[in-house]
Amino acid sequence: MRQSTKNYYLPAPSFWPAIAATALFLMFGGFAMALNQIGLGKPVMIAGGLVFVYLLRGWFSEVIKESISKVYNTQVDHSFRWGMGWFIFSEVMFFFGFFGALFYARNVSLHWLADAQLLWPGFVATWPSAGPKLVLEGHMAPWGLPAINTLLLLTSGATLTWAHWGLMKNNRNQLTIGLVLTIALGVAFLTLQAHEYAEAAFTIKSGIYGATFYMLTGFHGLHVTMGAIMLTIILLRVRSGHFDAHNHFGFEAVAWYWHFVDVVWLFLFIFVYWL
Amino acid sequence: MSTATAKHHDDHGHDSHGHPTGLMRWVKSTNHKDIGTMYLWFAFTMFLFAGAMAMGIRAELFQPGLQFFQPQVFNQLTTLHGLIMIFGAIMPAFVGFANWQVPLMIGAPDMAFPRLNNMSFWLLIPAALLLVTSIFVPGGAVAGGWTMYPPLAIQGGLSMDMSIFALHILGVSSIVGSINIITTIFNMRAPGMTLMKMPMFVWTWLITAYLLIAAMPVLAGALTMMITDRHFGTHFFNAAGGGDPVLFQHVFWFFGHPEVYIMILPAFGILSTIIPTFARKPLFGYTSMVYATTAIAVLSFVVWAHHMFTTGMPVAGQLFFMYSTMLISVPTGVKVFNWVATMWKGSITFETPMLFAVAVVFLFTIGGLSGLVLAILPVDIQLQDTYYVVAHFHYVLFSGAAMSIMGGVYYWIPKWTGHMYDETLGKWHFWLTTIAFNVTFFPMHFTGLAGMPRRIPDYSQQFAEFNMISSYGAFVLGLSQLLFLYVVIKCIKGGAKASASPWEGAHGLEWTVPSPAPFHTFETPPVVK
Repeated sequence: MRQSTKNYYLPAPSFWPAIAATALFLMFGGFAMALNQIGLGKPVMIAGGLVFVYLLRGWFSEVIKESISKVYNTQVDHSFRWGMGWFIFSEVMFFFGFFGALFYARNVSLHWLADAQLLWPGFVATWPSAGPKLVLEGHMAPWGLPAINTLLLLTSGATLTWAHWGLMKNNRNQLTIGLVLTIALGVAFLTLQAHEYAEAAFTIKSGIYGATFYMLTGFHGLHVTMGAIMLTIILLRVRSGHFDAHNHFGFEAVAWYWHFVDVVWLFLFIFVYWL
Repeated sequence: MSTATAKHHDDHGHDSHGHPTGLMRWVKSTNHKDIGTMYLWFAFTMFLFAGAMAMGIRAELFQPGLQFFQPQVFNQLTTLHGLIMIFGAIMPAFVGFANWQVPLMIGAPDMAFPRLNNMSFWLLIPAALLLVTSIFVPGGAVAGGWTMYPPLAIQGGLSMDMSIFALHILGVSSIVGSINIITTIFNMRAPGMTLMKMPMFVWTWLITAYLLIAAMPVLAGALTMMITDRHFGTHFFNAAGGGDPVLFQHVFWFFGHPEVYIMILPAFGILSTIIPTFARKPLFGYTSMVYATTAIAVLSFVVWAHHMFTTGMPVAGQLFFMYSTMLISVPTGVKVFNWVATMWKGSITFETPMLFAVAVVFLFTIGGLSGLVLAILPVDIQLQDTYYVVAHFHYVLFSGAAMSIMGGVYYWIPKWTGHMYDETLGKWHFWLTTIAFNVTFFPMHFTGLAGMPRRIPDYSQQFAEFNMISSYGAFVLGLSQLLFLYVVIKCIKGGAKASASPWEGAHGLEWTVPSPAPFHTFETPPVVK
């Protein structure tokens, strides 16, 4: 490394971006083939997935190594903060699109469908609905598992903040226990969510209700899964003695992400389960 | 505007500092200039490719009746032409400019995340491969129009999935690239360069990057719903299950209208750089320009349904979207007046970049005005999906965005290559492009007003003359771009040496470094006063 910590760290030429492009090409190309019953699709997709895992492991290890060897100055740290903030904003917009679809279906298009009475006479706009041609077998009530799940995720936000306090006070025990608790709560949430899916009387094919329900909760669950994996990596890093009271943006980035996933759940609970 | 009083302490011959050469220089690059170059070449390649498709379209439309292509193939040509021009040519070209110019203009050593920067570029390759190879799969390429409306898009074959995933990948590329650009602009400016001292080009890209981060995820959502509707039995866009095909249009255009500004704001930035240089006057109304750009960005999120006036919206909705759309012409007008006022009483010279800039101000305004016409609800209901719309968006996208890109290339190519381009050939390229462009697209206003529908390979006899004129124009327009290619290559290979600041009236940090710009610049930040 010729750069001193005084200057902004500029990384050496790297193969990772090209590997990322390869991984995405294989994953998406394979997926497109698999969706169209082309035999080669699945193996290509799996190969892409393996390259992707290799990529994440390799690229993040490199960044972690750089971080430990203190080549990042304060300005680089600020870049990471800006970058993570805008990344979360892009995720907010991703969910915004699905919430918009839910709002439109419930409050606009179903009513028009009922008002028109041309194609499907007698159709009444209610919510939940699977539309005029399908039958909806039940829906999710908010005050059972979903309420417990809300409690679990909110608590996990608190335990994560408690872990952060531990880190800032240099209390490694508190940090570790907080992280373990947070991950446990996240896994508990996912288990209950899986149970809810297994018990559900309707599927993603159950009209607009099933579609919006599974799309929104499914993508949220995927984000919780990613968050839990990231927290586990942070836990392993803590066990290896990474981070100190002042230098721990890796921890904070994951914490931001976790809180974001938390907030999305609150909106889900209100608009998908409750109202 | 910042004055370029900065000193730079760089170029101690870092160029060969253990950096790979040959192909690996590009594959593994973490250098904003190399990555910018790759973006620009990629965009140019796609521009020629999608331009060849457009010439195929115009060959078919040269005369009424079916000459060369079956309707299905014709639909594939129009669809891919649109998708590739937007996502493969215009957007990557602007990102190429951002890569080259933003760090140079704000005095940063590179982009904030150089490796992610390279990833943003290399993701374009799988996306382009998926789009282009979809032509050869059974059933042919996507043929439902670049907007991919259901239910047609639900029925497409393998190529539809490939295109959807190509757009997913392009979305990732755009979001990562935009996060990089925003972070660079907020965090990497040279000491003393406050936000209100930033060059206008940097401002427009800041806003564009914000629009991209806000809009691209929504497109990803729409495409994801499309995939699940196609393969996993959801009913988002199927009324039988309580969904609505119009829902796709809402979500798509919530992305699609900001996308329009994503493709024009950087062009505004380029104009705001070129015009002051050759008018030899500072940009008129810099502050109002910044606010106008911001206002356009805000408004761009509340006008989307003007693309959908004929879908059967309630009158209240139609009126809202009509007025909000017309409102956009206010900040856009501010910009046009500012450019004109910048030229007013300036000592103007008309080098190629300035020719392009002046032409864009004039022609973009025509496109803007036809947009205003289309915003008027009763008129739009008449003109929806006619060639008037085709004329409108080519006036904003070709003579707005693409010609700004050309002007920008002529303006900055001395900095990129260290050589002056051939002024005579540049002027030839300009006049051929401008005249052929108008010959191609101006008659479309007339055919459109007379009711000729877009995306149809055949037409009524009455439109024959205007279509033939359009086709002649299109062939000249397409072939003139080969001249552009020649001028660029000639400039890279040689030509008069360019000084650090080859334009007499140019200001800004990029003109304080030598031409060609050294591999590393501003490793120690300059101080802006």
